[in-house]
Amino acid sequence: MLFKLAFKNIKKSVSDYAIYFFTLVLGVAIFYVFNAIDSQTAMMKVSESTRDIIDLMLNMLSGVSVFVSFVLGFLIIYASRFLMKRRNKEFGIYMTLGMSKGKISKILVVETFLIGLLSLVVGLVLGCALSQVMSVIVANMFEADLTEFTFVISTEAIVKTIIYFGIMYLLVMIFNTISVSRCKLIDLINANKKTETVKLKNPYLCIVIFIVAVAILGYSYYSVTVGVDNLRETWRIFLIIGLGALGTFLLFFSLSGLVLRVLQHFKKFYYKGLNSFTIKQFSSKINTTVFSMTVICLMLFVTICVFSSCMSMKNAMTANLKELAPVDIELAKTRDIPREFIEEYGYSEGQVNNSYQSIEDDLNSVGFNINDYYKDIVSINTYTTVELTVRDTLGSAYNEIYKKYPFMTYDAVEEIVTISDYNKAAKVLGLDTYSLDDDEYLVIADYDNMVSVRNMALKASATITISGKTYYPKYDKCMDGFLEISNSHVNDGIFIVPDDAVSNLTVEKEYLYANYKADTDEGKQEIENLLLSKSDALENIESTLGASTRLSIYEGSVGLGALVTFIGLYLGVIFLISSAAILALKELSEATENKERFKMLRKIGADEKLINKALFRQIAIFFLAPLVVAIIHSIFGIIFCNYILETFGNESLLLAIVLTAVFLVVIYGGYLLITYYCSKRIIKE
Amino acid sequence: MSNLLKIDNIEKYYGSRSGLTKAINNISFEVSKGEFVAIMGSSGSGKTTLLNCISTIDRVTSGHIYMNGVDITKLKGNDLNKFRREELGFIFQDFNLLDTLTAYENIALALSIQDKGYKEIDSLIKDTAKKLGITHILNKYPYQMSGGEKQRVASARAIITEPKLILADEPTGALDSKSSKMLLDSFNYLNDELDATILMVTHDAFTASYAKRVIFIKDGKIFNEIIRGDKSRKEFFDEIIDVVTLLGGDLNYAL
Repeated sequence: MLFKLAFKNIKKSVSDYAIYFFTLVLGVAIFYVFNAIDSQTAMMKVSESTRDIIDLMLNMLSGVSVFVSFVLGFLIIYASRFLMKRRNKEFGIYMTLGMSKGKISKILVVETFLIGLLSLVVGLVLGCALSQVMSVIVANMFEADLTEFTFVISTEAIVKTIIYFGIMYLLVMIFNTISVSRCKLIDLINANKKTETVKLKNPYLCIVIFIVAVAILGYSYYSVTVGVDNLRETWRIFLIIGLGALGTFLLFFSLSGLVLRVLQHFKKFYYKGLNSFTIKQFSSKINTTVFSMTVICLMLFVTICVFSSCMSMKNAMTANLKELAPVDIELAKTRDIPREFIEEYGYSEGQVNNSYQSIEDDLNSVGFNINDYYKDIVSINTYTTVELTVRDTLGSAYNEIYKKYPFMTYDAVEEIVTISDYNKAAKVLGLDTYSLDDDEYLVIADYDNMVSVRNMALKASATITISGKTYYPKYDKCMDGFLEISNSHVNDGIFIVPDDAVSNLTVEKEYLYANYKADTDEGKQEIENLLLSKSDALENIESTLGASTRLSIYEGSVGLGALVTFIGLYLGVIFLISSAAILALKELSEATENKERFKMLRKIGADEKLINKALFRQIAIFFLAPLVVAIIHSIFGIIFCNYILETFGNESLLLAIVLTAVFLVVIYGGYLLITYYCSKRIIKE
Repeated sequence: MSNLLKIDNIEKYYGSRSGLTKAINNISFEVSKGEFVAIMGSSGSGKTTLLNCISTIDRVTSGHIYMNGVDITKLKGNDLNKFRREELGFIFQDFNLLDTLTAYENIALALSIQDKGYKEIDSLIKDTAKKLGITHILNKYPYQMSGGEKQRVASARAIITEPKLILADEPTGALDSKSSKMLLDSFNYLNDELDATILMVTHDAFTASYAKRVIFIKDGKIFNEIIRGDKSRKEFFDEIIDVVTLLGGDLNYAL
């Protein structure tokens, strides 16, 4: 009997709560898809380094999954709570008929179990289907060979999904039982009759709170943009996040009281059509949902920031590769280490001895003849001197810069390269070449933060002195360029001077650039592997040789790009469907109340068109309010993210924002429309 | 006096072929402009169905209802809403006020959906509120009002659009006797002073005794009809009670 009752209840409310069920199914499916990537990638043929990155990604995804399960758990418990509220009358009837609270709880447990089971089954089936699409995407991203495509079902991911969601549903059952045991019959019976009391907040208090909220938000916005350089410690960042959340809460709290009062003053607008009705509907709802509005707004904010940052990182990482890794290999070695460094910096005797040997000799001594495998070989030296530290290069701009960046290391020595060496390297790296007069120097850098510091000095025509001779800047800003190949802009500054300036200086580093004598990727990989196999031998002669190769940079970038894309998508989708689902459910659970109200409107002769318009506006405002605040937050959030991730370049930010907007419109807008059509159907009954 | 409403042989059936219920079984009557008519009957007699058909909330199975010569059973869609909006005023047993709106806003809604400007709305509401004695509660919410006050606000909403016909469905059903009397006095005021036409459905003899004419319905048919004429309300009440006794059944509890 209990089972039958529970089953009928589900059947009855299935159309009302289709959106809840749909969200659960989607949650299960997405959870499965991202946890099944493990098995999807297991059989792909990828290189060793790609495999490492995939493993890193899997670890991160499973970490994120725990977080995601908290979000979904919150959604499910929250949703089931107000779905229960709607059924108070039904429980009241059961209780007047003599059903015990225990039995009602049992009905609920059976219901939750059935819904859980159904959503898990449907979700997993959908997930299995989606994960096949996913594996094609994964393979594509890692450029893996997908000739032997097989239909993979990950039992591990299925078990994990069932355990995680099982725990969530168990929690829901416990919560439901507690809330049933707490309720009183009289309240249940009168639940539907209770007329809503309209609590009006004190307008002056609201104005004060509004000003406080705006001030807090303003301070937070300021801190993450203009004042961002003061955000050195982690606790400060958390403080700003906390303040932002508090400000958002206060904003919604005060707005719920103010919006109505302000709009009531525009009498012509207020008393037009069903405006007064719509505005009151909204304000009564926002009154009771300040907390959830805040949560939803913050979730949307995180979604927008995470998604757009991930997309822009991904785009930037792959977009810059061609220009930032223009040669197959760049070898670098610390040269001519002075004897006293053995004690000062802990270099070994062998390392010091070896450092006087060139890169080519190193490789020859381990049996790797570079002329056999490499072409376009260019070797250059860089120099340092204690005469030229960061502090020395800033000239008169030092005081100003120090005030702005007090924590920079000002006593680090600068890397110096001669103009002819640089031009040699620039040719093979595809960079611009330069010429210098006897007493001129120029700086190349591409790490934005350092570029702006150095530009301040160059603008002030800071001179540098090497071996007693003074040099003047040729340009008033840094030139674009680098000596180390990498996946991002990390060159914080190299000084280019006339050839004779370095005659008294010691060599600091040797760079060797080359392309492989091979046409295919496989051939290149072979040459690379050959060098890798010598790494033990190189260690034996205590060489400080290091290498960056185009292949490893590509793989790393592509892998990292895929990693951030997946994490962005995963979190984005979950956050977005959770917040949209809460709004949709809230709206639909109130549809019965609204049904009565709309019936009244119809009785006094409001047109269907007018009613539909009022309904749509009511839902749209409810959906858009947290979104608008979240978008304003995001403008500053993205600026901040961009600042942190600046090394990755921001050329692709616009594309990322467009992608985010599309993503938002499709999912959030979709939920809005579904909610509208469901509500329309309910009020029409 | 001219005919405002003409009910012509209407029937309303519920249910399927196997279990047919004749909620209204061939009823005809007319209401003139400026009349105050009460329809009495026990529960299940078909009086609310009749009212729903007249108000176009429900459709008749056969027959016609003419309002100022227009057959309203033929209206469809937005014409129906327009008809309801412009020609009818409703007063319900359970008030049907929107609980999120103040009295003022509830009354204003009836006008704003007719696209009236704010100035006109404001002056009309103040005027009507004075007549019905509800000026002091205009800024209150339904939950802050007594039943009688709510019903007078609902009445104000019903008459403010100057409808041709006011339909009241058990308007005193949820009121105590003092509030009922106040409401019915205001009905009389509307009828006598403002010349409003009122059609009221009730099972309460006391409420019915305020009308000028009472039509009794039993099992979907007109059972009797009495006219107050020059009789005092007390005499008319006694006369109604006589018919109710004759009708028998559960209407007796109205005593």
